Amino acid sequence: MSETRLMKGNEAIGEAAIVAGCRYYFGYPITPQTELMEYMAKRMPQIEGVFLQAESEIAAINMVYGAAGAGARVMTSSSSPGISLKAEGISYCAGAELPCVIVNIMRGGPGLGSIQPSQADYFQATKGGGHGDYRNIVLAPNSVQEMADLTMLSFDLADTYRNPVMLLGDGALGQMMEPVNLEERPFVPQEKSWAANGLGKRTKPNIINSLYLKPEQLEAHNIHLQNKYQRIIKQECRWEEFSVEDAELIVVSYGITSRIARSAIEMAKRDGLKVGLFRPISLWPFPSERLLTLAKQTRAFLVTELSAGQMIEDVRLATRQIKPVHFYGRMGGMMPSSREIYNQINLIVREKEAVK
Amino acid sequence: MNSKLYARSESLTDAPFHYCPGCQHGIVHRIIAEVIDELGVRKQTIGIAPVGCSVLAYEYFNFDIVQASHGRAPAVATGVKRVCPDSTVFTYQGDGDLASIGCAEVVHAAARGERITTIFINNAIYGMTGGQMAPTTLVDQVTTTSPYGRNVNQAGTPLCISEMLSTIQGARFIARVAVNNPSNMAKAKAAIKKAFQLQNSGEGFCLVEVLSTCPTNWGMTPLEAVKWLETNMIPQYPLGVFKDAGGE
Amino acid sequence: MTHEMILAGFGGQGVMVMGQLLTYAGMLEGAHVSWIPSYGPEMRGGTANCSVIISQEPIGSPIVTEATAVVAMNLPSFEKFESSLSSGGILVLNSSLIDRQSKRDDIKTYNVPANEIANSLGDARMANMVALGALNAALGYIVDTSRIMEAFKKIFAKKPGIIASNELAILAGVKHITG
Repeated sequence: MSETRLMKGNEAIGEAAIVAGCRYYFGYPITPQTELMEYMAKRMPQIEGVFLQAESEIAAINMVYGAAGAGARVMTSSSSPGISLKAEGISYCAGAELPCVIVNIMRGGPGLGSIQPSQADYFQATKGGGHGDYRNIVLAPNSVQEMADLTMLSFDLADTYRNPVMLLGDGALGQMMEPVNLEERPFVPQEKSWAANGLGKRTKPNIINSLYLKPEQLEAHNIHLQNKYQRIIKQECRWEEFSVEDAELIVVSYGITSRIARSAIEMAKRDGLKVGLFRPISLWPFPSERLLTLAKQTRAFLVTELSAGQMIEDVRLATRQIKPVHFYGRMGGMMPSSREIYNQINLIVREKEAVK
Repeated sequence: MNSKLYARSESLTDAPFHYCPGCQHGIVHRIIAEVIDELGVRKQTIGIAPVGCSVLAYEYFNFDIVQASHGRAPAVATGVKRVCPDSTVFTYQGDGDLASIGCAEVVHAAARGERITTIFINNAIYGMTGGQMAPTTLVDQVTTTSPYGRNVNQAGTPLCISEMLSTIQGARFIARVAVNNPSNMAKAKAAIKKAFQLQNSGEGFCLVEVLSTCPTNWGMTPLEAVKWLETNMIPQYPLGVFKDAGGE
Repeated sequence: MTHEMILAGFGGQGVMVMGQLLTYAGMLEGAHVSWIPSYGPEMRGGTANCSVIISQEPIGSPIVTEATAVVAMNLPSFEKFESSLSSGGILVLNSSLIDRQSKRDDIKTYNVPANEIANSLGDARMANMVALGALNAALGYIVDTSRIMEAFKKIFAKKPGIIASNELAILAGVKHITG
């Protein structure tokens, strides 16, 4: 069945997870991701999967930990405050190297914040979020089709690297509808010889664990994790570029904001301005190397996010600040218009003209 | 002809227990291992280890183990059991783990009638962190965080988990036992065996609370600790079956 | 051609589904489409609105701030979104509930008594369908009316009983524009 359907982003994630072979979902209601949970509640019983509404986000992530530990493809989803509650469990998943997919449909914060779209959980998602030296692979879709595609990719990456993968969306992407094509794909369950699913024919017990009381052992485990993260950095950086070849200004933006930025760039290009877009798709690993290359050929960057400036730190690190990095952000659930970003582009380009 | 009177249970590894002298974790481990051996389910058993003194349970049990975060063992067990519905899944939790931080998880696992077995070790104190007050600490009991004795006005009253969980419809079998003498050990083993058998026949949530000693943090000799358990804990936490929903 | 539309009304007037039908119909035509709601507290009581884009080009921002068309189903929506119309844009006013006119002379306004027309067809709840038919006609048929019905049948597959009456409402909206 490769029929094009009109779906909400949240629903597309759910269906894509099912296509990817996910048969276990544990969640707790929170706006603006609840449609995903409701979708799973409806769909899982139809395919003999398990949908379970947990008593809390904490319980949900620990059910994920158990199901992943037993070798299943498993997913949970939440929105910002709920992800904070899951942080300990995510750290355990990272420590025990359990493949799982965690969806964060971000909303405004801090605290209870709002239920409007936001990108203020970038730090939390990409720098760990829980305790300890660990990384989630973080993927940031910018369309409903990508919500589906990257969900499927998330499951594959999680299994490949035995690592939690976070799909980072926002309230706007979760709620919006676009055509989506879900290609059926044959799913071959991976043999997980490490899973704790009963000894069966094995003689040696499998232990799912993140406890290493001897510091030498814990350091060795950390070195092992860091080596894995280096492999992921090498192999899994993803991004999209638009019109960067001769751009004098490159806008760096991800998720829903990159859509708005793209419209602004098209307006600017109609004025004859040389502006391009760099959109990280993997937020961790961050496509630093490519950005450094671009820094050598462009004159300035404009980072735009729905936050006070979080990804901008990675852009500065990546480009080693050999070119100015400007910022424009909105917070608290406010979204910039294309015109606002267009005005920022104009401001920067005109300043550059003046110093030419 | 010689006959073997005692053998190490197949469900235990060769690792010597690290528990303090007089601690009863070892006895309960042994009982669980014997029950699993007798039921012939070792190859299909997945245990969930808690945070607390028994955090290293995975070193002692000779079957698959998932080590859980503090209090979340029933949620982790839920995830495991849903993926492996034909397996035997149990959690092993202390009083800080189950009755304090993990209270919500165990209540909801029971409410869902989750087909798991929970072995709940109640020794009225936090062991691994060095003797702090637990929800099950007795009134006036001295701990490092109730140095003047547990004060009801300030720290409330002991939480009776078995009584509480027995009010939940989804709970199939709830019993409290002790391992302070051979007769009680036999009763404890019978209850634990029943809690596993009921799980294996798909009957729902089963919990066995085991009253246990902590001589180190109680500041007693092992013998004094057993006596203290008998004179102080059992009156507060009476032994018996609190719920047996299938007992036609 | 890119149609960037804002459909607005109060919660319960069916502006979300109006937008979804149009979006679905656009998708059936093979166009690039997007639909995005404003949601949350706004949905309860005040104005509810959604942005719909139907375009021959890939869509950048799905959020419409400079609209080529606005449908205002009630007065607060008219007040809120009149200024969002680009010059040369089209305003469809539900004149059953809005007794004011736009003072802008750079846009074209269509007054559609959607509630009255829907009432005359037997159900005031179909005012959104009247407005949808009118909007599509006013824009010179961005989608074929039959596509809207096709979309309707997909979205309301479980309620076949309401198809015929809603089709009449859509056609009545079209007729109000074409005369």
